[in-house]
Parts: sequence; structure tokens; C-alpha cells
Amino acid sequence: MLDISPAEWTAILLSLRVAVIATLVATPFGIALAWLLARRDFWGKSVLDAVVHLPLVLPPVVTGYLLLLTFGRRGLVGGFLADHLGIVFAFRWTGAALACGVMSFPLLVRPMRLSIEAIDRRLEQAAETLGAAPFKVFFTVTLPLALPGVLAGMVLGFAKAIGEFGATITFVSNIPGETQTISSAIYSLIQTPDGDAAAGRLVIVSIVLALGALIAAEWFARRATQRLHGN
Amino acid sequence: MLRVDVEKQLGEFSLSASFSSEGRVTGLFGASGAGKSSLINMIAGLLRPDRGTIVIDGDVVDDTKAGVHVPTYRRRIGYVFQDARLFPHLNVAQNLDYGRRMNRLAADPAQHTRVVELLDIGALLDRRPGKLSGGERQRVALGRALLSKPRLLLLDEPLGALDEARKLEILPYLVRLRDEANVPMVYVSHDVAELRQLATQIVMLRQGRVTSFGGVKVLT
Repeated sequence: MLDISPAEWTAILLSLRVAVIATLVATPFGIALAWLLARRDFWGKSVLDAVVHLPLVLPPVVTGYLLLLTFGRRGLVGGFLADHLGIVFAFRWTGAALACGVMSFPLLVRPMRLSIEAIDRRLEQAAETLGAAPFKVFFTVTLPLALPGVLAGMVLGFAKAIGEFGATITFVSNIPGETQTISSAIYSLIQTPDGDAAAGRLVIVSIVLALGALIAAEWFARRATQRLHGN
Repeated sequence: MLRVDVEKQLGEFSLSASFSSEGRVTGLFGASGAGKSSLINMIAGLLRPDRGTIVIDGDVVDDTKAGVHVPTYRRRIGYVFQDARLFPHLNVAQNLDYGRRMNRLAADPAQHTRVVELLDIGALLDRRPGKLSGGERQRVALGRALLSKPRLLLLDEPLGALDEARKLEILPYLVRLRDEANVPMVYVSHDVAELRQLATQIVMLRQGRVTSFGGVKVLT
């Protein structure tokens, strides 16, 4: 099998930690935003939609640089968080998680939004006639029916987060053990003589992780359809 | 029991209806497009009148002058839709229990048993709605509405989506419901025969206006 060295393991585990935290923190925001975009009409909705999708089309280095300007030590938000709450993003793994969260957000929101849009609103009306207040309707009808889409969004977001490179390396650099994820480790290795074998092993690991995530997302999507048909 | 005096403009269509009913089953009769569904949706609170009042059981749920509009979930009504609208992610037992949970009512096994027996749905409790026939679904929807202990039960063409044979299968249950469940009902239909069997009072609607009101005799 693959003979993975301790340094490579460090990068793999860090990637997993960064992607898991990024996904878990992004999910509640993703669900709220997906619901807002699927169900509400408000002024500036298309602008909000565009802003959410921006990381998908912007050069990642630009997103990373903007994050650095905002969440860096001397950034507006970063300075405040560091001084008042002791939360530091710059050159820390938490910053990598933030960069991955922002970059994967559009992919995370999309399946959630689609699954909420696919729910028959007449079911929510029925719930209301049975005495359910709006927030109860959301938690007992909307969310359970959207669950497969929510999970699919989480899986896709996770897969994107684990492979994120450009924004992360711009924002938090490439420090082994702190911010060096699988992608930045591969980047370093292919610039080093004799790094090919190690790079190759990490490439295989990323392919396996990405494929696994895609298969999982597909499986959740199929479950969603079954669920909506009441089987 | 039920007092309605409302006006509503819906695009080109204007609805202006006024009636009050003490009957056990008030039949809303009219052709499609007469405004029956809009009217029942206003009673349910799903649609807001432009002007007027709705009083259920002495309780003002709509009064546009006073700015009163009680939201649907606080009206304590039951609603049986033409398409049963059972929750696909819940089995029959959980569907039946939904209204009780949402209204935080204490469990009432006696009533549960009575409703399940009345509607003959005991054998379906473990099934998902996707595995039920149209008639079974409508019976479960009736049970679900009843078990939320409504003070008024609204039925919007509950047999409308069923074929003749299925209609004849459900009709006796509705008659039993009327005679045993002790909940006043508003029954929307365009079917004279159905209303003759079920209704005790008729509100006849035509193009958004009440054209006659009275006993079942007006259906001629």
C-alpha cells in the first residue's frame, strides 16, 4: 500500500481538520442562506446571490488577499477579533478553515437551496393548519424534507474545502504543521528535487477523498428523491 | 358558530360573501371558479380578506377594521385538502400525532382509538404515505385533522381527486364523522349528491357572490 510518511500524515490530518471545521461552521449559515434565497423575496436578493457565488469565479488569490486584508492582524475584522476575543486567523490553521469555508460556501449552499425549492409548500401549509408555528414548520417539515440536500451540500463543501489551495496559501501561507494542507504540501513537494514520490502519494489521497465525496453526494441526492416520494 | 362577511379582490375576480351558519355541516356549493376555495382559505387564515370579519365559535379571527388577523396555526381549525398532503417523511402514526404534538395537547389514547376505528386506519399505522391508496390517504388526512382537536373542520373537495368507487368508499366515513365526531364542518363541493348526503346547511356561491343560503332544499 501507500507508504505515507509522518510529515505527509500531518498534512492529511490538518486538511481533514480544516475541512471538517470549515464545513461544520458553514452549515448553519448555509442552511439559513439557502432558505432565504429559496423562500424569500427581498431587495438586493440577486446581489446577495452574486456575492455568495463570487468565490467560485474570483481568482482564489484575490479571495485570499481580501481575507488577509479583512481578517489579518491589522485587518478591520481580524484586529477586532484578536484584541477582544483572542481569535487569530492570520497564519493559523483557523485561518485556513476560514479560507476553505468561504471558498466552499457556494457549493455548500447550492444543493441545500435546490432541495428547499423542491419541497411542496402545500405541505408546510398543511402543517400550519395543524397548529405548527412557522419555526416549528421549518424544523418538523422543511428541514427533514431538505435533509438529503443539506447533507449533499455538506459533502460537496467538504470536498471543495479539502482541496482548496489558492486562497488558503495567500491568506495563511504554507507552514508545515500549522497551515500546510494536502494541496500546499503537494505544491511544495513538486518544487523540491526527489519530491515526486511523496507528491504522488498525496495526489492519490486527494483523488480518493474527492471521489468518495462525490459518490456520497450522489447517494444523498438519490435518497432525497425517494424521500420526497414518500417511500 | 361560524360568521363570515368578507370581500377579496383576486386579480379580475372579486369575492364578496356573507353568511352565518349554526349547522353541523355547512356546505359551500358552486361551480369551479365560484370562489369556494378562496372562501375556505380565508376561514383557514391562509388568505387574508381585504375587508370584513370572520368569527369562529365566538372568537374573532379576522377583523380588518380592528387590524385583527389570527395566523392559521392559532385558529384551532382542521383542514382536509383535496390532495391529502400527508407528510411523506413521517409514517401514518406520526402523521396522525403531528397536530397533537404541535398544539402541545396531552396524549388522549381514547380519542386516538376512536378516530382510528371510525376511519378504519388501524392497519395502516406503520406505513409511509407513499404506500397508501388515494382513499386510504384521504382517510388518514381526516384522522390527522380530527386528532388536532379542532373547533372547526374545513374540507375542500376531499373526494375531488378520487374516482367514483373510491368516493363511495369514503362517503360513509364522512357521514359517520358528522354524526359521531361532534366537530362542526365546512364542506366545499361542486357535487350536489355529495352535499345532499352530508350537509345540513348550504351556502350557494356564484361568481364570488352568495346567491342563496338555507337548508339542503336549496340544492335544486
